[in-house]
Amino acid sequence: MDSKTIRFTLNDRPVQLAVREDRMLLWVLRTEFGLTGAKFGCGEGFCGACTVLINNEPVRSCQYPMKDIEEKKVLTIEGLAKNGELHPIQKAFVDHDALQCGFCTPGMILTAYSLFLKNSKPSQADIIKALDDNLCRCGAHTRIIQALNAAAVSMGGGKSR
Amino acid sequence: MNDEKYIDQELAEMAAPFTVNRREFLKLLGGGIIVSFSLENIYGWGEPAQQRRSRREPDDLNAYLIVGEDGTVTCLSGKIEMGQGVITSLPQMLAEELEVPLKSVNIVLGDTDLCPWDMGTFGSRSTKFYGPLLRAAAAKAREILIELAAEELALSKDKLTVKEGFVLEKNNPKNKVSYASLTKGKRIERHLEKDAPLKSVSDFTVCGQPRYRTDSLVKVTGDAKFAGDIRLEGMLYARILRPPAHRAQLKSVDTSEAEQMNNVRLVRDGDLIATLHPTPDGAEEALKKIQAEFDVPEEDLDHTNIYEHLLKLPSESNIIEQKGDLEEGKKSSAKLIEGSYYNCYVAHAPIETHTALAQVEGNKAVIWASTQTPFRAKDEVAEVLGLPAENVRVITPFVGGGFGGKTHNGQIVEAARLSKLAGKPVQVAWTRAEEFLFDNYRPASIIKIKSGLDDQNRIVYWHFENFYAGERSSQMYYDVPNYQTVMRGGWGRGGSGTHPFGVGAWRGPGSNTNIYARESHIDVMASLAGADPLEFRLKNLGNDKRMQRVLNAAAEKFGWKSAKSPSSRGHGIACLDYLGTYVALCAHVEVDKKTGKIQAKRIVVAQDTGTIINPQGITIQIEGCVAMGLGYCLTEEIHFKGGKILDTNFDTYEFSRFSLVPKIEVMLVANPNLAPQGCGEPAITGMGAVMANAVYDAIGVRFFELPMTPDRVKAKLSEA
Repeated sequence: MDSKTIRFTLNDRPVQLAVREDRMLLWVLRTEFGLTGAKFGCGEGFCGACTVLINNEPVRSCQYPMKDIEEKKVLTIEGLAKNGELHPIQKAFVDHDALQCGFCTPGMILTAYSLFLKNSKPSQADIIKALDDNLCRCGAHTRIIQALNAAAVSMGGGKSR
Repeated sequence: MNDEKYIDQELAEMAAPFTVNRREFLKLLGGGIIVSFSLENIYGWGEPAQQRRSRREPDDLNAYLIVGEDGTVTCLSGKIEMGQGVITSLPQMLAEELEVPLKSVNIVLGDTDLCPWDMGTFGSRSTKFYGPLLRAAAAKAREILIELAAEELALSKDKLTVKEGFVLEKNNPKNKVSYASLTKGKRIERHLEKDAPLKSVSDFTVCGQPRYRTDSLVKVTGDAKFAGDIRLEGMLYARILRPPAHRAQLKSVDTSEAEQMNNVRLVRDGDLIATLHPTPDGAEEALKKIQAEFDVPEEDLDHTNIYEHLLKLPSESNIIEQKGDLEEGKKSSAKLIEGSYYNCYVAHAPIETHTALAQVEGNKAVIWASTQTPFRAKDEVAEVLGLPAENVRVITPFVGGGFGGKTHNGQIVEAARLSKLAGKPVQVAWTRAEEFLFDNYRPASIIKIKSGLDDQNRIVYWHFENFYAGERSSQMYYDVPNYQTVMRGGWGRGGSGTHPFGVGAWRGPGSNTNIYARESHIDVMASLAGADPLEFRLKNLGNDKRMQRVLNAAAEKFGWKSAKSPSSRGHGIACLDYLGTYVALCAHVEVDKKTGKIQAKRIVVAQDTGTIINPQGITIQIEGCVAMGLGYCLTEEIHFKGGKILDTNFDTYEFSRFSLVPKIEVMLVANPNLAPQGCGEPAITGMGAVMANAVYDAIGVRFFELPMTPDRVKAKLSEA
């Protein structure tokens, strides 16, 4: 298959890249852009370690071909902190020790970020539902939920618990 | 046969003497205070005696910590960080003994050129065995700093103390001198002997305090580098031709189509056939073009008949402990109870698969790898490449979970071989299917228990037979006058006909199965005695005050109300001793009889880990144990047919996810008179029993086999 120039927005920056349209976004991010925050965990979309946002929706980048990226807005974990300032969700993860090995963390944070964009006052049930297909093997689940509850409060939504 | 020896056997092969001349390395370090010590100290002092067996004592030194000329402290440790938190707790211990702010402690982990030799990171050992050595090294450095300051300030040593990076006069704290100025322009090497006095626990100011992880920031921004994130100029990504099953033989292979593809290099070296490409997906595409035929042997063994197979194997009988007279025990029993408990193969399944990037140039090799055993990897690479060990350097970036699975380094050896053949840096990152195929699973195993209660409902007879679980936590801790514990093959025993694939240490090896069996059986007896499970345990523990204390602590926190089981409330309890850490757990579960789904609602854990270094870290490790442990209770099981692993990804191999994890409450039971014990594994080993006991209490159905899947729950309920 031949390469095609694909234009899209990557972490708020317009980019274009000549690339085969059938290449998966995960590998393009990791090899062409050097953005290694999205991880390979299962390669079939089951674990969520490769999650990035496309037009604010979480997608499994290991399953997402470049042809579907044209003119879209891609956000990776590297683009979430602005001007060296952590996003409140990232800060809440730090403040709650909401990670262990950290391999699933970028996918967790981006999935939660997408939830918060749609629902500024997510309940615990909303959070669990949104994150249930993001796998964590170390068992940081309870801390992640605590962090997100706290982030919801610090961002002006949610309820204190 | 001691369980530790199984580990020892497994590790014996990594005991190759290393030949790095650390004197050379020390020369490069520049000025400051360097406290070093030799392996003799590690094995003669910090580690259990049996670990010394089969190892040659090296004659060089191992730098442990450096107080630099700028006053910063650098800790060099062969441990690795895989989420368990030594990146925080080891500097915390150093900061404590040296009286410096935690943030002025740098740590270098798992780099075989820079760090002292280490056996590996597993077995909840880092704090317990390694911690005291590190603290002693820091205490030594403190002594030297005080000596230097005594000269500088013209005061006797006993008039001086240390605080926040300064040595100061006790009665005149303004008269002080910084570590940096003391070490400036000096070069002091000391060898650690056994005389350095450690601070007493009651003087702790840094240890014992909750400390948040120091690696969070890089992990929430995506900056944290794992082995797969390392990039080198000209590197290639490999995909390797794999058999469909263990014991499958390659019959024919046609690589011509793959070889014609752009930018693809095909490498073949005996059994190793790989495609290399500048991108991982390019290598994958090429691999798919290889036409290969394998002879796959027909084998009948599968996950349904494995227990039958294991029980049929001829096995030696090895009594590891006994007391009293079994016949006497039987005779004095009013009730005899038998039970067989089955536990299946489970996978380690870290989210990061085995990954390595190797750069072999000339007669040198550098490898970045996800491993729990970097020094073992170094020796393995040296051997396969035919290089002297000192020419091989293994660097361990952050490891994305291990749980025992990354003590095996297959991917590292593959990457090294391929890099040598290609003359370029090569990354090998196993796919999820490869990760399942080559994992060394927790072994399927059976525990058979025969026991007896006298007319006072005291346990008077106990016979515990262990088939292939591994010995750890088999030992009896209830007060029973007549008992015997018998090993009928440990996890590393039995030869190639035992398990159809590799098995190994899985977080809490042996103990998950042994404690599931024992603590389930205790509950069976309590129920037969018509006794409350907590009261039955307390009564039969004799004078074990430590165990009674954690049980009572957990029960109180949980709000345990005395009742005979099954009470239909869904409450379960269990207690355990894991290598010196005492744990009690209480669980509340609900069982949906229609769907067969078991939902934990609340789990309480009380743990006595001895002296506490980082309460935050311990609490998090316990929470992790509970969350991860629910998986092996409820969903995790490897399905296989012969050498073929039927689970290739997380669609069929399910483990804990958010909706499965309940409220977890942790109580740390203080025990400052005991040295710090391990905490990464103990609590997970009680999960099988506490969940099975809670399920029995809920629905009156006893599970003698894990996991308790919805299908099994429904089947059991329809039988009942």
